[in-house]
Amino acid sequence: MPISDFIKPMLVLVLVSLAAGVLSVSIGSTAIDLEDTLRVLTGGGGALQQTLILELRLPRTLVAFATGGLLAVAGALMQVLLRNPLADPYVLGLSGGAAVGAMLAMLAGVAGFLVSGSAFAGAMLATLLVFGLAHGSGSWTPSRLLLTGVVVAAGWGAVITLILSMTPAGRLPGMLYWLMGDLSRATTPWPGLVILVLVCLLVFPLGRALNVLARGSLQAAALGVSVRSLEWFIYLMASLLTAVAVTMAGAVGFVGLVVPHMLRLVLGNDQRLILPACAFAGGTLLMLADTLARVVIAPEQLPVGVITALIGVPTFLYLLYRSR
Amino acid sequence: MAILTTEELIIDIPGRASGAPLNLSIEPGQVWGVLGPNGVGKTTLLHTLAGLRVPRSGLLLLDGKPLTDIRRKLVSQQMGLVFQDRQDGFPATVLETALIGRHPWLSSWQMESGEDLAIAEHALQSLDVIHLRDRLVNTLSGGERQRVAIATLMTQAPGIWLLDEPTNHLDLQHQTSVMKLLRRQAASGQAVFMCLHDLNLAARWCDQILLMFPDGQACWGRARDMLITTALEKLFDQRLLTAELDGFPVFVPG
Repeated sequence: MPISDFIKPMLVLVLVSLAAGVLSVSIGSTAIDLEDTLRVLTGGGGALQQTLILELRLPRTLVAFATGGLLAVAGALMQVLLRNPLADPYVLGLSGGAAVGAMLAMLAGVAGFLVSGSAFAGAMLATLLVFGLAHGSGSWTPSRLLLTGVVVAAGWGAVITLILSMTPAGRLPGMLYWLMGDLSRATTPWPGLVILVLVCLLVFPLGRALNVLARGSLQAAALGVSVRSLEWFIYLMASLLTAVAVTMAGAVGFVGLVVPHMLRLVLGNDQRLILPACAFAGGTLLMLADTLARVVIAPEQLPVGVITALIGVPTFLYLLYRSR
Repeated sequence: MAILTTEELIIDIPGRASGAPLNLSIEPGQVWGVLGPNGVGKTTLLHTLAGLRVPRSGLLLLDGKPLTDIRRKLVSQQMGLVFQDRQDGFPATVLETALIGRHPWLSSWQMESGEDLAIAEHALQSLDVIHLRDRLVNTLSGGERQRVAIATLMTQAPGIWLLDEPTNHLDLQHQTSVMKLLRRQAASGQAVFMCLHDLNLAARWCDQILLMFPDGQACWGRARDMLITTALEKLFDQRLLTAELDGFPVFVPG
């Protein structure tokens, strides 16, 4: 891949995500025009505007960026791992496990950090469950892993319904918002951003090995890739990304499936480009979706997961329709 | 230049008796043909030789060193394999597909250089698929894909070429040009080891032959010693008529 094929799309994506970020912090119950927004972001502006943008809106925008980036990179990794464009952390039941963890904590009446911790534990448990069962006594194949994930995800769905039916009415809205994906509860974007950057730095050098792995595990082994350890590493990294995203923002669907797909249709299938592109495109999509979620029926807010699905489905279908 | 030797090698085919152990020495300049009926373990043998499957017993040595002691990346610089089936789960262009052959030669942070690109393009040229370089592999015909797969192996440029039925899906002209290419590779110091179904291709182009029998027995040696009508009739359980054309034996089902 010539280096210019890498720089150009990345430059565009970085600029687009910066623009989306500025847009996201300037729109809200009190609209702030572009000039003032930029002034605040560069350290000036009035006290009220500073509070609005820097303390209220910017953290949430960064949470949206981090969540979207985490989910999109996780989805791209899962798709290569399973050699199946339908793979996604949600399809594999990771978010289901996280949701059950979070809801059990909410049902027990705890809040804050314990809910997040419980969600994280649920996602990691789901990971071990799927990988352990798919491994089984026989061979480890992508189709078996995908099927195991789908079935386990269905199981989590049943548990979620069970918990909902046992929950007192007063606690239901919090849970439902969590299930639909909601950015308003997140307090700080930093854990998500730090994990996103760290995992990306670990995974990007593997890009070419992942390109080879996409041709099948035997072909990859014949080209010198240590397939088993690479697959484990990728799965763990994707699980970690998902767990962090779900813990921050609840179950935001569709980003992990749609973003890598859209990028592959436009940019081709070189993971060295697709993975960093996913981080920015996923972040951009979720920042825009969250902006919409805040303004569509203002002052009420929609769960951002609704918006990602409403944007994601038609975009995806259109791209699929006009693809080669 | 690399030599692959097997010591008392028995490939692992579940549910079958071990049969005769193989003591092969695959050397630079040789063109091997493996003949045998369906399901006899030709593909399993190739995968075992490439280190992708664990043998039931015996040793594989690459230049005298046990294969399992050598890092996979170094093995793949010495030995490459064209598979019988390929996965195209994700679309990729012909050029991208050939370029993955450079993987063993590049470090993690390295991008393919102009030199790598030139190697891949030369390989595509040799296999007569350069005009397809920007096409998606999954839109090609079976024969075109087969040639792209061989071009990928050529881009990998290993000393030992293992090929699982390289003439599959190929028309007559390309069968011949692929065989000529393999002979040229052998003449320039590579070792070629391939499974074949066509006795006449084996007779025309191979200088070493391995016959694999369904009961696990096997024999190998120089082509003219191995391509004996009675042995081949027993191998395929099929009566054969034999003739000689231009100094090469020709076999036709009787």
